[in-house]
Amino acid sequence: MAFFEGNKMTAGYGDGPDIITSCSINVSRGEIVAILGPNGAGKSTAMKAMLGLLKLKSGSVSIDGNDISSLSPQDRVKKGISFVPQTRNVFAELTVRENLEIGAFLREDDINKVIEEIYELFPILKEKRSQIVGQLSGGQRQQVALGRALMIRPSVLMLDEPTAGVSPIVMDELFEHIIKVKERNVAIIMVEQNAKQALSISDRGYVLVTGENKFEGSGKELLKDPEVRRSFLGA
Amino acid sequence: MDLINAIIVLLNYTVIPALTYGSQLALGAIFVTLIYGILRFANFATGDMMSFGTMFAVLLTYYFQSLGISFGILPTALLTIPFAIFMMILYMLTIDKFVFSYYRVKKSPPVQLAMVSVGVMFVTQAIIRIIIGPSDRRFLDGEKFILKATEFKEMTGLNEGLTLKSTQAITIVVTIIVVSIMFWFLNKTKTGTSMRAYSDNEDLALLSGIDPKKVVLITWVIAGILATIGGILYGLDKSYRPFVYFNNMLPIFAAAIVGGIGNPYGAFLGGYVIAFAEIFLTYAYKRFFIYLLPESLEPNSLIQLLSTDYKFAISFSILVIVLLFRPSGIFEGKKI
Repeated sequence: MAFFEGNKMTAGYGDGPDIITSCSINVSRGEIVAILGPNGAGKSTAMKAMLGLLKLKSGSVSIDGNDISSLSPQDRVKKGISFVPQTRNVFAELTVRENLEIGAFLREDDINKVIEEIYELFPILKEKRSQIVGQLSGGQRQQVALGRALMIRPSVLMLDEPTAGVSPIVMDELFEHIIKVKERNVAIIMVEQNAKQALSISDRGYVLVTGENKFEGSGKELLKDPEVRRSFLGA
Repeated sequence: MDLINAIIVLLNYTVIPALTYGSQLALGAIFVTLIYGILRFANFATGDMMSFGTMFAVLLTYYFQSLGISFGILPTALLTIPFAIFMMILYMLTIDKFVFSYYRVKKSPPVQLAMVSVGVMFVTQAIIRIIIGPSDRRFLDGEKFILKATEFKEMTGLNEGLTLKSTQAITIVVTIIVVSIMFWFLNKTKTGTSMRAYSDNEDLALLSGIDPKKVVLITWVIAGILATIGGILYGLDKSYRPFVYFNNMLPIFAAAIVGGIGNPYGAFLGGYVIAFAEIFLTYAYKRFFIYLLPESLEPNSLIQLLSTDYKFAISFSILVIVLLFRPSGIFEGKKI
């Protein structure tokens, strides 16, 4: 049994049609899992369902063997599940340090130690700590977003297209940071458009099509699979 | 000597009144901006909420006076502030629970909430009418002047007197204290930071574990403090006429928008911008120029740019100009 699991999840927005049907995703600690698939395949929806942002019609979500299907997103955050949305994932009007402090809002203990850890992981944030985040570059903002999410010392980190809209160089840098986070024994799930690059750093990948699991396997397997390559990797 | 007299004239008739009036507007404008930034609607009940809080201060002042309680040389009304604030917050939380929260949970568009606040405004006006009635009331007691014109003339030997009413000094000092505490709270405390975060990015704030109910509660508490103190200071300075507060909403909204709506620093400064503009443009400069110009050039007219009746036109024009050319406000910088 994996550390964080979504089992046979079926969900949609409001009373609308189901976006994902019987979709299963799981991740262990210290592992990166990529969710891939064409537009509208339900990648982000699957992730939101695991976070509790939309209600499951059937299926379940569990962490460390405990069923958390009925918990609110806030309560899931308390269980150590952190999420970085695709857009608006920082507090643009607050300083870098305040962003990190808000990330640790639920922590009662001394957060300075955690902030130092984040500064160690993302040295640029230490340098810019009293700057307003709205004035930072795209790549730096993504680091703030990651840093904020890491402030609760999560056991699961979910990233919704962390490299959307950043240059290739910044993308490589971000992936390096994500690997560093994984080395701290965090379970990472990410939705990615840059499928090849995502698979190259992922341990495993899921390919969703119309809300269902279509393929799954290790990053290398998926990269080699001719059908996956033809359909989703553009080669 | 003439130059000093001219400066005293300006200080006495424009600068000191503008600082006082600006402080009163600033408190109201911060109220508007906080509600807009955090609860996300333009609160048209602002003026009447200020009036509502002041009403309790007036009633309690009368009560305290009847008991023989006074605050020495300071107005008794200052003693009533904590009680008036308490009643105000209670009223705001009741209104929020029974009116605003329904639309907030439904995620109604801001315009709908603004219309709802118009309803709240009418209800508030009616309650005020029932409790205290529409008539003019003075509730200022204690020492009226800190510095009288005649004393000043004797002291300095100048022709022009400088008066400083106690209400003016109290207004400026109290505003500085209240606003400093509020900015300290918003910037330096965990709760304050969480409020700014909620205002900036609600979804992410929720994901970070910030409790929206607590943020809303604290917003109303701060709003209640600002509205009551702003209202009492205005009432002490000008006398309490319950429905004048409604008229003050135009300059208050203008101040909030000039400062960039959602930005409390801007609202604070915006209050003074509007007050100075109103007073400088409607002041008759004749006496000022009599001191400065040689006799041959002495002005015959009042040298008044606009009649004081056009006071509201000034805030309105500033509002329109700012919305046309700098819709995000004239002050750069961070929002709440």
